[in-house]
Amino acid sequence: MSETLAAGPASAPADGRGRRLLSLRGVSKVFGNGTLAINGVDLDLRQGEFVSLLGPSGCGKSTLLRIIAGLGRATTGTVEWPTAPHDARGTPEPALGFVFQEPTLMPWASAIRNVMLPLVLCGTRRREAEERAAAMLALVGLKGFEAAYPRELSGGMKMRVSIARGLVTKPKVLLMDEPFAALDEITRHRLNDDLLALWWQERFTAVFVTHSVFESVYLSNRIVVMAARPGRVMADLDNPAPYPRDDLFRTSSDYAHLCRVASGTLKQAIAA
Amino acid sequence: MSSDLPLAGQVIAPLGAVEPPHDGTDASARPVYPAERRVLGLAASTWPGILAPLAIGILMLAGWEAVVRIREIPPYILPGPLLVAQTLVADWPTLAGSLLVTLRITLAALVAAVTVGVALAILFTQSKWLEKSLFPYAVILQVTPVVAIAPLIIIWVNDVTLSLLVCAWIVAFFPVLSNTILGLNSADHNLVTLFQLYRAGRWQTLRHLRLPAALPYFLGGLKISGGLALIGAVVAEFVAGTGGSASGLAYRILESGYQLRIPRMFAALFLISASGIAIFVLTSWIAHLLLRRWHESAVRREL
Repeated sequence: MSETLAAGPASAPADGRGRRLLSLRGVSKVFGNGTLAINGVDLDLRQGEFVSLLGPSGCGKSTLLRIIAGLGRATTGTVEWPTAPHDARGTPEPALGFVFQEPTLMPWASAIRNVMLPLVLCGTRRREAEERAAAMLALVGLKGFEAAYPRELSGGMKMRVSIARGLVTKPKVLLMDEPFAALDEITRHRLNDDLLALWWQERFTAVFVTHSVFESVYLSNRIVVMAARPGRVMADLDNPAPYPRDDLFRTSSDYAHLCRVASGTLKQAIAA
Repeated sequence: MSSDLPLAGQVIAPLGAVEPPHDGTDASARPVYPAERRVLGLAASTWPGILAPLAIGILMLAGWEAVVRIREIPPYILPGPLLVAQTLVADWPTLAGSLLVTLRITLAALVAAVTVGVALAILFTQSKWLEKSLFPYAVILQVTPVVAIAPLIIIWVNDVTLSLLVCAWIVAFFPVLSNTILGLNSADHNLVTLFQLYRAGRWQTLRHLRLPAALPYFLGGLKISGGLALIGAVVAEFVAGTGGSASGLAYRILESGYQLRIPRMFAALFLISASGIAIFVLTSWIAHLLLRRWHESAVRREL
């Protein structure tokens, strides 16, 4: 199943990354109206990976992400978190962060209160939550905007707050559902760069849903190509381009080549 | 920029220097609200909104006074505004006492309406079953004209003040209830999902998500209920009729009607309207204070 986009040394960091965090086996989802949203998905997630779920709209990539997040149950198949703690009923409690397509901030709360939310919900003391949220806001480049309300922030800044909220609990896995789809290209490129820097620094595992070939190739070291009706995994590509990636990579012939290959695979997947 | 793209570097850099990059972090990306010119402590743009209706009011009153004087209409048919004002001052001790009685009932009814309305709304959103079984009765209570059931309530409840309070409450509580229910159910679905993801409990979701989301709706209901509480109180007083020493403004109107003291009737009427306006202004001001930082309805729009 797994193939490589191009020859070259795969970037495999040596710090204990590569442990299997999640395995999906034969996961299908049928909606209440009888629509088969995804069918028989097998997927492993390894620690430290940056995986893009790439596919046309309606291919069930968001549904898959929600199943991974535990927000929707798979109709058939299993979702296992071998290394995560489990509660008394045996439900896994993986440390997750989630970033929606919209910033999804509480409009009545300042930026720092929005970032503090996950900590407040799990009972962290106020002082500590405030400190951690402020540090996280600084990390996403929003130092000085702690007291700003969402409506006072631009689209890109709101997304940064949303990412800070997703990361403030130091999750093992950050799930992102087309987070930059609604942003203009300049802002999107900036946020792509900053997201990569964060990923490199904070060492979380990223699952990134997108319909943009260019975005998936730029960001991820693994691209899972999906097809629609029913949603299924068509290809699992390794992206061997080394990190850190920057504008130089974005304009390189390597990048263009990788995009061409991924794009071809996606085209095949859509035609199939 | 790399050295193999000198052209791009040269062309783009100066542009970037002149205009801050739209990177989402620059302070200039934040909307700037310029301080508006202020006249007598109020923003210059708010004055026309005050002066225009004031001018109309003065014109109308002057016209009224003129008609009364020119046609020599007797005060027991239609008193002029000056006479009404004089009566208001002369009868102030009596009228003030009645005003206090009516306002007390109105405010108590409003507090009860808010307490019961919000409490029921929270209960209803916690249990669909409870909402389904109780909501129809709230509707019945709302659609039955209070004038029609006030006599019954006054017979059943021994205490006059309490019976008036119950009537005013019946009229006032529904807008708070239905608006708050709508608000509690209007929380952003993605935020609800987020709370689920972090395994937030019912109470946490209510406190941190549903109640704040319901606030603008609740305040809308409060504005309506404030006026309705006053109307309910006055209507109930009319039905109750007599009330001895602790009588409200409606009783003063009835009494003035019997005694043909029409200027006094107008003075009492004026006080009722003024109270209604005061309640509206007060609730609007509370709503503005609570929402001005974040809600679209209260935030100034920049063009």
